[in-house]
Amino acid sequence: MAKVLLKGCEAIGEAAVRAGALRYFAYPITPQSEVAEYLVRRMPEVGGVFLQAESEVAASNMIFGAASTGERVFTTSSSPGISLMSEALSYIAAAELPCVFVNVVRNGPGLGGILPSQGDYLQATRGGGHGDYKLLVLAPSTVQETVEHIMLAFELADQYRNPIMVMADGLIGQMMEPVDFSAAPKPNPPDKSSWATTGAKGRKPHLIKTLFLSPQLGEEHNRKLAAKYDKMRANEVRYEAYNLDEPRKVVMVAFGTTARVCKTAVDALKKEGIEIGLFRPITLFPYPYKPLRDIAERNEMRHLLVVEMNMGQMIEDVRLATSDRKPITFYGRQGGIVPSPEEVVEEIRKLL
Amino acid sequence: MACKIIFDRPESMTETITHYCPGCTHGVIHRLVAEILDELGLRERAVGVAPVGCSVLAYNYFNCDFLEAAHGRAPAFATGLKRTRPDLIIFTYQGDGDLASIGIAEIIHAANRGEKFTTIFVNNAIYGMTGGQMAPTTLPGQVTTTSPFGRDVANVGYPMRMRELLSALRTPAYIARVAVHTPRHIIEAKKAVRKAFTYQNEGRCFSMVEFLSTCPTNWGMTPVEATQWVQDNMVPYFPLGELKTPEEEQDAD
Repeated sequence: MAKVLLKGCEAIGEAAVRAGALRYFAYPITPQSEVAEYLVRRMPEVGGVFLQAESEVAASNMIFGAASTGERVFTTSSSPGISLMSEALSYIAAAELPCVFVNVVRNGPGLGGILPSQGDYLQATRGGGHGDYKLLVLAPSTVQETVEHIMLAFELADQYRNPIMVMADGLIGQMMEPVDFSAAPKPNPPDKSSWATTGAKGRKPHLIKTLFLSPQLGEEHNRKLAAKYDKMRANEVRYEAYNLDEPRKVVMVAFGTTARVCKTAVDALKKEGIEIGLFRPITLFPYPYKPLRDIAERNEMRHLLVVEMNMGQMIEDVRLATSDRKPITFYGRQGGIVPSPEEVVEEIRKLL
Repeated sequence: MACKIIFDRPESMTETITHYCPGCTHGVIHRLVAEILDELGLRERAVGVAPVGCSVLAYNYFNCDFLEAAHGRAPAFATGLKRTRPDLIIFTYQGDGDLASIGIAEIIHAANRGEKFTTIFVNNAIYGMTGGQMAPTTLPGQVTTTSPFGRDVANVGYPMRMRELLSALRTPAYIARVAVHTPRHIIEAKKAVRKAFTYQNEGRCFSMVEFLSTCPTNWGMTPVEATQWVQDNMVPYFPLGELKTPEEEQDAD
């Protein structure tokens, strides 16, 4: 199939449909309401369901209920909405149900604004909701990669029985780009009949719950979850090393849209004969600590430049990865401002 | 003469002994729901949604698939379930704190969308599990741990009548209030539960049966005093009966 020109939000909806996710519950919020506007027409064509919930609280709990049937389900929202959904995320992770949440991040805190941001990095990777749980977080940098991540997210959700978050931003959601669905894998959901609550016909009742009044059982459940997160750390780390085939004096670390801007900066400097590396985490949890540490520990590596659309969040993971052995400089924009390649180049020049 | 069993535990109930306090009517309400699931042959398609509150452990007593929702969110949860699998029989089982306080948005919108599940709403005018705090349904003057001088309606408003509130919505629904403090009331209550599940099974409408229930522990009464208190205090404020049926002619405004 030829490439089609799609807005990021429409591509998110179409990718989910092609991944076999035919249950979508959501509440409007800028800059991602176009997902619902797309799917309200698309879902009936494929026998799917879209329901506009009364709030993000309700939408996320509809996902919770729908996921318990074993069907592929998902919701999309943006930062303030994700805050409201964090209650359900904690419960769904505790109940070990597969589903996908897409956060088209806008600037905060509070009502913030409707423009692109990466200010929800810590919320996505550190919890947001209460308790010891983890989301597997994918951070695409283009509309095409968003499509691929959405499809991957449903596979990972089923595999780990865990909510997966695809963390895009307002730029990806609102931008139009050519998208190619031809490499889309055929949906391959596993058999979920051993746990799904679909009526106790000819079997013992299934129970999906998160309450453990016994401290021993409560700890046991937490250990089980922790073992699962360790498995993600061992098997699901994804990253891109750009222009890092040889050691570089300066290496930038950036994810999502910001990484794309940094890539342009790397290419611009290359034309001047200046070689800069870019390390792009693709999974924000599990974070690629070891690959980043290996790069930072090269003798030639003198300086790390962390670029984010926030006031410094992923930098905490860069410090954890490198144990502060090399100097780290931070460059961030907020309020919905996307840094330009030129200003990133200027930041690099200061370090050379 | 051959003996015949004429009274037994419904198949839809487990043999687990409940944790409910002596004199609490959760057990009676559980049994009525289980009897109806049996009698309508719905058990194998039934999925219950437990609330947060005393009945969070309801799943230990029902012999059907069960889930535990976040506090107040059971109607949203049930919406997701039913919209995903319309062939299943879904019921939420919620207390007054769960349904009328923290979850009031979810129940109003589920009812207004006409979600085709059944809500069993257990109103005992107090928070049970957390130790007897004031609920949206606590009666005027009623003493609780957070209204130690009696509910002051000038300060915190009047108790909410959920049957009346939800019946005001235009969307067709079956909404009734029943009680279980005497055998006569239990027989009437069962009729309402049967209707509620029948409407769901026919794909007709949202259905809610509000039960006036007891909480001797947090009311500070004996079980007998508690049943009398239901009759003397709750029934006058929360009138019994059906208030809305899907057969009613809708206003043509």
